[in-house]
Amino acid sequence: MKKMIATALLASTLPFTSASFADEYTIDTKGAHAAINFSVSHLGYGWVVGRFNEFGGTINYDAAKPEASSVEVTIKTSSVDSNHADRDKHLRSADFLDVEKFEEATFKSTSFTMGEDKKATLVGDLTLHGVTKPVTIDVTLSGAGKDPWGGERVGFSGTTRIAMADYGISMDLGPTSTHVDFNLFIEAVKQK
Amino acid sequence: MIRNSPSGYGAVAIVLHWLMALLLIALFAVGLYMTDLSYYDRLYHILPWWHKSIGLFVFGLLLLRIVWRISNPTPTPLPTHRPWEVTLAALTHKLLYILIFLICLSGYFISTSKGKGIEFFGWFEIPALTTLSSDDTDLAGTLHFYLAWSLILLAVMHAAAALKHHFIDRDETLNHITFRKKP
Repeated sequence: MKKMIATALLASTLPFTSASFADEYTIDTKGAHAAINFSVSHLGYGWVVGRFNEFGGTINYDAAKPEASSVEVTIKTSSVDSNHADRDKHLRSADFLDVEKFEEATFKSTSFTMGEDKKATLVGDLTLHGVTKPVTIDVTLSGAGKDPWGGERVGFSGTTRIAMADYGISMDLGPTSTHVDFNLFIEAVKQK
Repeated sequence: MIRNSPSGYGAVAIVLHWLMALLLIALFAVGLYMTDLSYYDRLYHILPWWHKSIGLFVFGLLLLRIVWRISNPTPTPLPTHRPWEVTLAALTHKLLYILIFLICLSGYFISTSKGKGIEFFGWFEIPALTTLSSDDTDLAGTLHFYLAWSLILLAVMHAAAALKHHFIDRDETLNHITFRKKP
């Protein structure tokens, strides 16, 4: 009898737990279905395009309550890659990322607002080069659901722009090259 | 004389010595200067290009110099030289060669760390042997910097010793590596 009551109680709480707690998803860096790309204007004529090869993070997402979603990402700064040995070494140096001193950059979301037509706004704190500032990421939800291998996935793309000076990066690349545009392509797998 | 003799270095060794001394001092100065240039400086791209090409050229000269040294007699030390002076001088010469070798190697590994070769005076490309992680590339850069300083400081001591022999001892040591040898 005791066991029956316990089972009944447990069963009655189950719908609530699944409704009030978002599922945790791991960003799929293992399968490389996620990318943190950036571009910086070169002299105002062209672009330098690069990426961070090593990062990781989690997404808390609840399809029923998307507003409660949150994202946390940690980037290994020394993994910066613009496909140019000398430039990458310069980007790692104290002129830019100073990776010896600031090994990681992090993003922690503070709010997520759904808009229309799969658009959303993700606001959070970006810590880069030892400076923490809020950034707003314009998000496009790309999809969510079951994958063919028994897992569940969510995905979105996002764009944001930061001023290098805001993060204490003082190297002067010219008047047209003061900002970095980020292009994020994120897919995450539900933790089992 | 082209080859070395017991009484002094031959023309090939003399030219190699002074040419490498000149180029290495220039490489050191340019190396320090070019890494601090602003992005809009006219020399921002051209100085590293010269630095790499001349650095590779110096590496070629070093290999030639080592081969030449092994295949030629070394001038006999003067009778006035004390044994510890002879030992210290020989050790310094070896250390100078080793430093130049390691500086060339670390420089090569910085620029080829992503698997791309280095342009040699726009004539042809020296291929990359391997790729390096970003940490190892930065280590190569740090070594390149400190080894270059070590080379310059050791070369200053080497030069000071030669000048001491020339102006204080007034012996023939420095003239061994010039064309002003006494007959």
